[in-house]
Amino acid sequence: MVRALYGFPAPFPGFQHMHSFSSHARGLTRRRFVTSLGAGACLIALPQQAKAEGHASSGCLPAMPSNTWDLKVSRTHVSLDGKSMHAPSIGGTVPGPILRWKQGETVTLNVRNTLDETTSIHWHGIRVPSEMDGVPGLSFAGIPPGETFTYRFRLHQSGTYWYHSHSNMQEAMGLYGAIVIDPIRPDPNACDRDYVVFLGEWTDVMPHDIVSNLKMQDDYYVFRQRTAASFPKEAREAGSAMAALKNRLAWSRMNMAATDIADVSGAIYTYTLNGHAPDMNWNGLFRPGERVRLRFINGATMTLFDVRIPGLEMLVVQADGNDVEPVPVDEFRIGVAETYDVIVQPKEDRAYTIFAQSEDRTGFARGTLAPRAGMSGLIPPMDPRPVRTMVDMGMGDMKPGESMDHMSMSGMDMKGMDMGHMGHMAMPKMEVDDPGPPPLNVENQNVAMMPMDRTGSPGDGLENNGRRVLNYKQLRATRPGADPRPPSREIILHLTGNMERYIWGFNGRKFSESGPIKLKKGERVRFTLINDTMMEHPIHLHGLWSELENGQGDYRPYKHTIVSQPGSRMSYLVTADVPGMWAYHCHLLYHMDLGMFRTVLVS
Amino acid sequence: MKAALATALFLVGAGAAHAEDSPQYHAADAPVPGAVTHLGNIMPVMMDQSSWFHGILEQAEGRYAPSGTDFRWDGEVWYGTDYDRLWIKSEGTLEKGRLSDGQQDILYSRAISTYWNLQGGVRVDLDDGPTRTWGAFGIQGLALYQFEFQATGYVSDRGRFGARVEGSYDFLLTNRLILQPQAEFNLYTKSDPSRLAGAGLSDVDAGLRLRYELWRKFAPYVGVTYSGHLTQARRIARDQGEKPGSVRFSLGIRSWF
Repeated sequence: MVRALYGFPAPFPGFQHMHSFSSHARGLTRRRFVTSLGAGACLIALPQQAKAEGHASSGCLPAMPSNTWDLKVSRTHVSLDGKSMHAPSIGGTVPGPILRWKQGETVTLNVRNTLDETTSIHWHGIRVPSEMDGVPGLSFAGIPPGETFTYRFRLHQSGTYWYHSHSNMQEAMGLYGAIVIDPIRPDPNACDRDYVVFLGEWTDVMPHDIVSNLKMQDDYYVFRQRTAASFPKEAREAGSAMAALKNRLAWSRMNMAATDIADVSGAIYTYTLNGHAPDMNWNGLFRPGERVRLRFINGATMTLFDVRIPGLEMLVVQADGNDVEPVPVDEFRIGVAETYDVIVQPKEDRAYTIFAQSEDRTGFARGTLAPRAGMSGLIPPMDPRPVRTMVDMGMGDMKPGESMDHMSMSGMDMKGMDMGHMGHMAMPKMEVDDPGPPPLNVENQNVAMMPMDRTGSPGDGLENNGRRVLNYKQLRATRPGADPRPPSREIILHLTGNMERYIWGFNGRKFSESGPIKLKKGERVRFTLINDTMMEHPIHLHGLWSELENGQGDYRPYKHTIVSQPGSRMSYLVTADVPGMWAYHCHLLYHMDLGMFRTVLVS
Repeated sequence: MKAALATALFLVGAGAAHAEDSPQYHAADAPVPGAVTHLGNIMPVMMDQSSWFHGILEQAEGRYAPSGTDFRWDGEVWYGTDYDRLWIKSEGTLEKGRLSDGQQDILYSRAISTYWNLQGGVRVDLDDGPTRTWGAFGIQGLALYQFEFQATGYVSDRGRFGARVEGSYDFLLTNRLILQPQAEFNLYTKSDPSRLAGAGLSDVDAGLRLRYELWRKFAPYVGVTYSGHLTQARRIARDQGEKPGSVRFSLGIRSWF
C-alpha cells in the first residue's frame, strides 16, 4: 500500500517475499529461515511498533550462512521518530538484511539497482580483489540504474563486518547493513545468543543540505556552545571567572570553539539501534545466566558512540572482525565504521539497557536485553558533553594562555619522547615520506605543535569517568601478525581541515588537489597519522589491513578503521599485498566527501 | 633578562640546527596530474569540488521615528566553490518613499588564507540620488576573536577614491539569543554634495541588535540603530536641510538560505 503510494518500482519478477533478498544456496527462503530461528540462536519477539515498515532489524542472524544472495537496491519510504525519507535501501529495510557468510567459501552477490541513479555496495573490511571492492571510480564504474552487478569473492576471514553504498551519499540515507562471517575453526566466542547491534542515525534532512548548511555556518547544528548564560558554571569549574575568561579568549583568538564535538548533532539526528529509535526499544532476549554475544557496528554517518550496559560487564573479544584477548570493560567508544564484539552474561531476571550516547551527548541510541519481550530497563542520564582542551589542539599539556616560551621548551621534551618512540625499533634506515608541518592556509586551520600518543586514552569525555573504558592499548590480537617484516618505508600524513570553511583533507589539501599514495605490491609500510584538527577522524583503508602499533608487539590488532584522536600521533603497519586502486579516507562521511580522501595505488 | 637572553640564544641555536638538518619534505600524496585514471571517469568523492549558493539578509528592518519609519536592508548572496565565488552585496535605506544609501557591489571573491577572502569588482550607487560607479577592491573575512570584518577600497569613474569598512560581532547570550554590535563607515577623498557625501569620514551606520534564532535561518530581532553623517558630510546635510543623524528603535528579521 505504502509502496504504491510512493510510486515504487514494481518488484522484479521472481520477487516472492516481503523482503527482496533470498538465499539460494541452501534453498532457504526468507519464510523458512524466519521459522527456523527457534534453533536457539535468537528467540525474539519484536515489540509491536518495531514492525513498522522500513526500519526493523531484529539483530538476529540468519540461521545458516549462505553463499548466494540477491540484493535489490530500491527506494523505500521510511518514517522514524516523525522523520520521513524516501531512502535508498536494500530489501526495503534500514538497516538492510544481515548477510551471514562462511569463511573459506566463495560468495556471489547479485546487486540489482532499481534506483534512478548509480549505486554501489562496498564490503567494509572484507579483503577482496580491488574490482570487487565497490568504490565507483576506483574499483569499477558503479552499478547503473536498472542493471545488476555480480560481486564474487572468496572469504579469507571471519568475524563481524558491514556493507554500505559508496555512491552519492546513499549511505548517509540508509543504504547499509551487517555482515557476519562464521569461522571455519570452532569459534572461541560462540555464545548461547548472538545479536548484531547496528548503531546509526536517522534524519529527514538530505546530506547535500546538511553540508550546504555547514558550508555557510560551521556550528549550524551545535546548540551547546559557551554563552553568557553558561559562564557562571564555567567559572565555577575553572576555579575563577578570570581563568574561565582566559580559556574562552584563547579559543576565540584561534577562531575555534572548545564545544566543537560533532559537526552534526541530535538537533536533527535520531540515534538508532538496529534501525529502532530509542522509544521503539529494540529487544534482545536472553535467559538469565546465558552468554550473549553482541556484535556492535557503528554504521553512522557522523557520530561516534559511547556504549555501555549499566549493570553488566562487557568482555570485548573482537575488534574490526579480528579476535582479541578478552578485555573486561564497562564502556567503550566506537568510531564510525568500527566494529566491536562483546560478550555479556546477564545473571538476573531483569531488563538491561544498552545505552549508546553520541559523543556530543545530544542524544542516544538505546535497546534492551530482556528476559521477556517488551521489557524496559532504566535509562541512565547522559554524561556531560566533552569540552576540547589544548591536548586536542596538539598543544600537549599546555594550559591555555601559557606563553610560546613554554611551548618551545616542551617542544624539546616532545622531540625526546619521539626519539624514544622510534628508538626501540632500531632498524635499518627507512625511507620516510614526511610532508613536514602542514601549512596554515585556506584548507588548514591548525598545526599540532606537540602531537601526543593518545592510544592509551579512551577519548575525550571518557577519561576518569569512574568506569573502565576501553582504549586502543588494550587491544591485543589472539595470534601474532602474519607479516613479521619491519616496514621499509614510513608515510606520514597530517589530518587537516578548516572548520570555518568546512574543508577537510590530508596535508592541507583536499582530495581533488592531491595525487595517489603509491605502494609497491608486497611492500611493508608504516602509516603515521598526525591529527592537526580538533576532532576525531576514523580513518579507513580499503582492501588492506591496518595493524595498529599500540605497544602489543607481534600481537598488534588488525583493524580496518582506526580512530585518530585530536592532537594525536599514531601509527600502523600495512602490507600492500593486493594490487589495485583502494580508497583511503575519514569515515565521517562529510569529511570524506569534502576532501579527507585519498586513492592508495598498489602496483 | 638573563632568562630571556638564554631563551633567545636557545631559539637561534635551535633554528641553526634546524637549518643544518634541512629536512627534505616529501608528501606521499603530492599532486601528480594524471596519475590516476578513474574508472568510468567517476570521481570517488564529489562534494570537495562542488559549488554552493547562499544568501543572507543581515538586516531587513524598520527604523521607527515619530516622523516616519525608514526601511533598511543589508545583505549579500554568493555562489561558487571553496576558492572562487561571485558575491553580490546590496544595501539601502528607504525613507519617505525615497531610496538613499543604495550601494550595490558585484565582486569576484578569492579565498587567500584560512579566514580571509580577496574581493574585487564593481560598485554602483543605485538609488534616487545621482548614480555613481566605482571599481572595488577589498578583503572580507574573520579577524581574530571571531570578529567579522570587511574593508573595501573604491575608485570612481571620476577619479575619486572611497572606502567602506564594516564589522560585527556575535555575543552569545544563550545558544539562540544573540547580541550583535555592528558598524559600517564610509570614507571619501572628495565631497559629493548631491549624494550627501563629504571628504574624509563621511557617514556611519551602526546598530546593536538582539536577535533570537527561532531556527538558524530565521531570527527576528530588536535593536537600536544610528545612521548619520560625519565631519564635512554633516555640514552638507545640514545645508541641504537634511537631518545629520538619528538614533532609531528598530525591528527586523535576519534570515538566510
